[in-house]
Amino acid sequence: MGTRNALIRHVLGIGELNLSQVETILKTARVFKEILSRPVKKVPTLRGRLAVNLFFEPSTRTRTSFEVAGKMLSADVINFSGSSSSLTKGETLMDTAKNLEAMHPDVVVVRSHAAGVPWMLARNLGCAVVNAGDGLHEHPSQALLDALTLQDAFGSAGEPGSLRGKRIVIVGDITHSRVAGSNLRLLPMLGAKVRVVGPPTMIPLGMRQAFPGIEVSHQLDGAFEDADAVMMLRIQKERIAEPLFPTDREYSRLFGLGLARAERLKKDAVVLHPGPINRGVELDPRVADGPASVILDQVENGVAVRMALLYLTAGHDNDPERLGAES
Amino acid sequence: MAKRTVIANGRVVDPAQGLDEVRSVVLEGEVVKDLLKRPPSKADTLVDARGMLVTPGFIDLHVHLREPGHEYKEDVASGAMAAVAGGFTTIVSMPNTDPVNDSPTVTELILDRARRARLCRVLPAGAVTVGLKGEALAEMGLLAQAGCVIFTDDGKPVMSASVMRRALEYAKGLGLAVMVHEEDLTLSKGGAMHEGEHSTTLGLKGIPSAAEDVMVVRDIALLETTGGHLHVAHLSTEGAARAVRAAKKRKLKVTCEVTPHHFSLTDEAVASYDTSTKMAPPLRASADRKALLKALRDGTVDAIATDHAPHSAVEKDLEYPAAANGVVGLETAAALTLKLVLEGELPLLRAIELLTSGPAGVLGLETGTLLPGRPADLTIVDLDEAWDVDPKRFYSKSRNTPFAGWRLQGRVKSTWVAGRKVYQDRGGAA
Ligand SMILES: [Zn+2]
Repeated sequence: MGTRNALIRHVLGIGELNLSQVETILKTARVFKEILSRPVKKVPTLRGRLAVNLFFEPSTRTRTSFEVAGKMLSADVINFSGSSSSLTKGETLMDTAKNLEAMHPDVVVVRSHAAGVPWMLARNLGCAVVNAGDGLHEHPSQALLDALTLQDAFGSAGEPGSLRGKRIVIVGDITHSRVAGSNLRLLPMLGAKVRVVGPPTMIPLGMRQAFPGIEVSHQLDGAFEDADAVMMLRIQKERIAEPLFPTDREYSRLFGLGLARAERLKKDAVVLHPGPINRGVELDPRVADGPASVILDQVENGVAVRMALLYLTAGHDNDPERLGAES
Repeated sequence: MAKRTVIANGRVVDPAQGLDEVRSVVLEGEVVKDLLKRPPSKADTLVDARGMLVTPGFIDLHVHLREPGHEYKEDVASGAMAAVAGGFTTIVSMPNTDPVNDSPTVTELILDRARRARLCRVLPAGAVTVGLKGEALAEMGLLAQAGCVIFTDDGKPVMSASVMRRALEYAKGLGLAVMVHEEDLTLSKGGAMHEGEHSTTLGLKGIPSAAEDVMVVRDIALLETTGGHLHVAHLSTEGAARAVRAAKKRKLKVTCEVTPHHFSLTDEAVASYDTSTKMAPPLRASADRKALLKALRDGTVDAIATDHAPHSAVEKDLEYPAAANGVVGLETAAALTLKLVLEGELPLLRAIELLTSGPAGVLGLETGTLLPGRPADLTIVDLDEAWDVDPKRFYSKSRNTPFAGWRLQGRVKSTWVAGRKVYQDRGGAA
């Protein structure tokens, strides 16, 4: 394996990774996925290593996924949940970083309401830092698990398929979605053609300059039917202070994926959602649970991808090539 | 007879007189006595300024001195020291202290501290509204009597258009300007940087240019109703520059200032989430920066002002959105302005005008020129000396600058206020 360009110190954002590193992560995740399918899932790979989940923002799903991933690798996992802001305790981010340092973790997985926090920690901590979502910015492990899921969907007979040339449509609040933030970087890197769909209130002002290769549409009809995959984003009402659309009813009519629309998808097209779903708003439950849905695969792949991230960052000189033999 | 100081053979640049020539400046007591082609034979003190730039003392319309209330960031004396080290002989201190400068007692305290520091002239700005709350007018008349030279709620906009209207009207009666921090808070809410390409890339909530534009346009419309004098602080957008240019054409009394960080940097500088790039208004897009350069050239802008805003690590070593807004600027402003001259963006005479007679004109000061009879405030600069910005060497108590490590050219060598040398660069002569 070409590990020369693939050494991964931190996983801060997809924007910081090159193609060879992404491929290493996805290949490593595949190995762990296979291990997860065995009767005895736990491997001793990270025994004696300490992973800290530092969550300044509540997120049971992502935190649990990283926690399970760490435990499968036999790492010690500590959950360190700051309140919604570290400042509310009168403690600054740098204080928190220094306290963490004293525990000598091998990797810190951080989720924060503020963009850039993983970068600030990486500058101030001696250990590896993995971004589990920062503000409106990036959520790299989510994009990587989406890519793994898409590779599965586009492959055949257990062989991963390529995303090259595939049309992927991302629907919803692009501005306020860090899942989109990471996918808009990762999917084109893997050769996919990406189109985003949403009302102009949900498309960032700097979209065209920041992501010149991405197509933008403000109407779902006519924009998703040629898709190989449709990624429906969660409407994050809790994070939106201003009106971006009039009512849930209107949103679901204009931008929701209901049964009738799902029937117009290409035969092999798949539907993704980062969860949790606002059922009936962005996604009809019958579509979420229907044949095109790969939402549960995403959850499973999430653990495999996060195992890969912990292994590659906290495992020190681990060689992904040897991984299969080791277990 | 008063003491005579001769600053001999420097390149005297005084935009108020359209002067750019080798002259010897004769100071007598606290005033400029003469500008001679050859140095006179008699002097109590003779300063050799050969090869140096000799200009009227710089005037900064926009400085936060943090006293009273936040002396751990800066106080009047440390701010005044940073000012003279930067070549400034007059600074206007913003009223967002604690307590706010909305009462003559606070004005007097600031003036008292400045007198004791004996460095530069400190002209307090009084609050427009009580407690900067945007509601009741502060006692502007009493503030003016105590020594305030302009009114502003800087740090915040006056969101109520009717309060703003009355403030402009009332200040007009006092013959003073209202300085405005233009930011529509409903548009800027939660924003941490300029909204555009880079906020999209960085995932930080953006502040659109329109947050500034709509307020500038609103206040110009109000000024048409009220008359008086509107001064736009730290103008940062193309739209605001266009609005001020058009208002000036219509002979409205609108003036404005631009900061060195806005004409030197763009929102691209936020890339590393370095909180020293966080300020209000935010660093703007490169089209805005280009528009500011044009406005500096064509006379739309009256003054370069630093918006010197000291903050400690307590306010800056935080998550980017949580960090305080502001950069220190007094000690880098002159060199950043001269950088524009070296890069051909601005003629030297115009650059010096923006630091001297321009701001003097906004406030109607008699300083800002070396005309005989005027106060002997002047700055001596070595245009050729390059230096590296090292925040550890700042006289300011704070170090929040995005220019750390920059190599700049043009060094303030000495600064003179009322005929007295108040600063001498440790590096060498003059
Ligand atoms: Zn301001």
